[in-house]
Amino acid sequence: MRPVQYNLTGENNIKLLEEGPEGYSGEGYFATTLDKVVGLARKNSIWPLPFATSCCGIEFMATMAANYDMSRFGAERMAFSPRQCDLMMVMGTIAKKMGPIVKQVYLQMAEPRWVLAMGACASSGGIFDTYSVLQGIDQIIPVDVYIPGCPPRPEAVIDGFMRVQDLVGKESLRRRNGERYKELMESYGIQ
Amino acid sequence: MSEQHIKLPEGSIGKQTTTLNLGPTHPATHGVFQNILELDGERIVGAEQTVGYIHRAFEKIAERRPLYQITPLTDRLNYCSAPINNMGWHITCEKLLNVKTPKRVDYLRIIIMELARISDHLICNSIVGVDTGAFTGFVYVMQYRELIYEIYEEICGSRLTTNIGRIGGFERNFTNTAFTKLEKFLNEYPKVLKEFENLFTRNRIFMERTMGVGPISAERALNFGFTGPNLRAAGVDYDVRVHTPYSSYEDMNFEIPVGSTGDCYDRFLVRNQEMYQSISIIKQAYQKVQEFKGAEAEVFHADVPEYYLPEKKDVYTKMEALIWHFKIVMGEIDMPKGEVYNSVEGANGELGFYLISDGGRTPYRLHFRRPCFIYYQAYEEMSRGSMLSDAIILMSSLNLIAGEMDG
Amino acid sequence: MSLTNDYIKSKLTEKFGDQVTNFEEPYHMLSFEAPKDMNLKVMQYLYDEPDLSFRFLTDLCAVHYPDNPGRELAIVYHLHSLVDNFRIRFKVFTDINTPDVFTSANLFSAANWMERETYDFYGVNFVGHPNLKRILNVDEMDYFPMRREFPLEDQTRIDKDDDMFGR
Repeated sequence: MRPVQYNLTGENNIKLLEEGPEGYSGEGYFATTLDKVVGLARKNSIWPLPFATSCCGIEFMATMAANYDMSRFGAERMAFSPRQCDLMMVMGTIAKKMGPIVKQVYLQMAEPRWVLAMGACASSGGIFDTYSVLQGIDQIIPVDVYIPGCPPRPEAVIDGFMRVQDLVGKESLRRRNGERYKELMESYGIQ
Repeated sequence: MSEQHIKLPEGSIGKQTTTLNLGPTHPATHGVFQNILELDGERIVGAEQTVGYIHRAFEKIAERRPLYQITPLTDRLNYCSAPINNMGWHITCEKLLNVKTPKRVDYLRIIIMELARISDHLICNSIVGVDTGAFTGFVYVMQYRELIYEIYEEICGSRLTTNIGRIGGFERNFTNTAFTKLEKFLNEYPKVLKEFENLFTRNRIFMERTMGVGPISAERALNFGFTGPNLRAAGVDYDVRVHTPYSSYEDMNFEIPVGSTGDCYDRFLVRNQEMYQSISIIKQAYQKVQEFKGAEAEVFHADVPEYYLPEKKDVYTKMEALIWHFKIVMGEIDMPKGEVYNSVEGANGELGFYLISDGGRTPYRLHFRRPCFIYYQAYEEMSRGSMLSDAIILMSSLNLIAGEMDG
Repeated sequence: MSLTNDYIKSKLTEKFGDQVTNFEEPYHMLSFEAPKDMNLKVMQYLYDEPDLSFRFLTDLCAVHYPDNPGRELAIVYHLHSLVDNFRIRFKVFTDINTPDVFTSANLFSAANWMERETYDFYGVNFVGHPNLKRILNVDEMDYFPMRREFPLEDQTRIDKDDDMFGR
């Protein structure tokens, strides 16, 4: 499956904005299900926590800057405190010395929380197959979206961020209390 | 839960000073290193540093890789100015293998290295601005870093971790588009730098926050092994480009800006002035490149078939080129026996490569002399007596890059 | 006056006799060796002597030669004289079973962390160092990773196949 799913065949009637969730609308009201509205609100106002360790952090700074602006997607406020953010973007190599700290920051985040692994080093250890580098952060925390690249271009980061937005928008309100999620957390040893 | 990661020293609960952990994940440190500060009220009385949170064992990896496969590792040392590391590594290999590069290659290398130096100093100075609260400078100047990235893309295809160049030169000639973009940069950037300077240099808030913060005297700086802009801000005009010129820097005419007290304000000014000097060096090198005409203008590498990948059309038609291509790609070329130490002027100081070869295909031992690692030791001495908010400014004005520190 | 390799060699042999040996000049950099208990004396002499004045320690690292019994670990100092712009290399060899070398952290403050890094990677015990503990690796590590007998990859990893990865 190709990673890019849109703009493949050169259509002319491309809709840049989604029309919004389905529902019943009329004069001055719009009725839809709760989780669609909540998803819409959540996905357009994600506050990320940039956990930048190395080179991918500089590409993230370039993504945040004026040329490839990330605040267009709602990520205006980079919350540096885990208690106040929704998405943890782990950018860069995570060494084994840093692993417990990543886990500690993840545990401080409040539900619902998502994790984005940016770059080859955070996804799988990258080019550093050594004794001191953790081979991917999914050894210690559950990851939602992986962005490959070394470092990924800012366009790739934005694409990954939009995937996170899709995940956030379509998430069911009961997911975090369900059986599968509990099993996932237990496999990582997180209560 | 947190005591596992912050090892509080003995008796730290009952004493008069506070222990504050400026931990590895902190918004203001651009990199992962930890500082455990001892505070008496707001004054710092002691600081203990912990590094190694991004130790990637470069030196051990380099013992298993042939020479070209070490270039991507050197990229990731000081990733804000990756071309300087790459060129430094290639110049070290050329010293070991006795390869002489033609003049045009040297001038092109100078252009790339000075662009990388501008890019690194831009990040450092704008982050000092962000840490004092001025976000505008950072966003304004990042536009021009994007222009520098576009120039790198024209030459090697990648923005940040460039893996640029080969032993003996470059992988392809600079296209006309690259030169057009370079001219655009040279025309537009000096005005932008002047505006950036106007934002900060005589700004009273900035001056009061950075003057007198973290001073260091020239004798202590030399004893601590400082090099680069941090040493020049303390008053010593030591620059590897002038003292042991490499890659034809002796043909360039430039000055070395020097500070006096070694505090944060001096470091900021020295880096700014170095950017002006870099622009002048690029202009001179570009002019010299344009003076090569005819066949000489097509030269972009030295004639060393053992270490330089041959052109594809030769690989498909000639036997020797095919064999060299195979041997170089599979890493089956033996290096001569010997040991060499070579250093270049990185954006942070003297970046040295100590390469010991025992005649095999991979280095026997490769050691990187990383400037950030060496001058971060002085942080305790520089920060004693200053306030907590000055500790942050000191960290960012020293231009500490975690990838280079741990390596 | 400007320094040359021969001048430094003659001054060193004049002061220390035949304890400084193995003068080589690979790629035009003078490189010599001294017994390990003389390392501070040699560096102090190079520091104090007015026409030598090697007051800048550029680099300190170690090399492991498992095939030389009795001289397995080499500690290499790169010194630089800023007055005359001259560099030399000074090596000290030690046995791997008693890797004790005197610390130069009192002479050059730059050697403080460089010696900690050498201890971390090779296990060289610097006698007299103020704070000799691991700096780059995790504190609980019980072996010295850069020695030649240890592998590069983490042997407990399960997601990478050693046939395809590792060398």
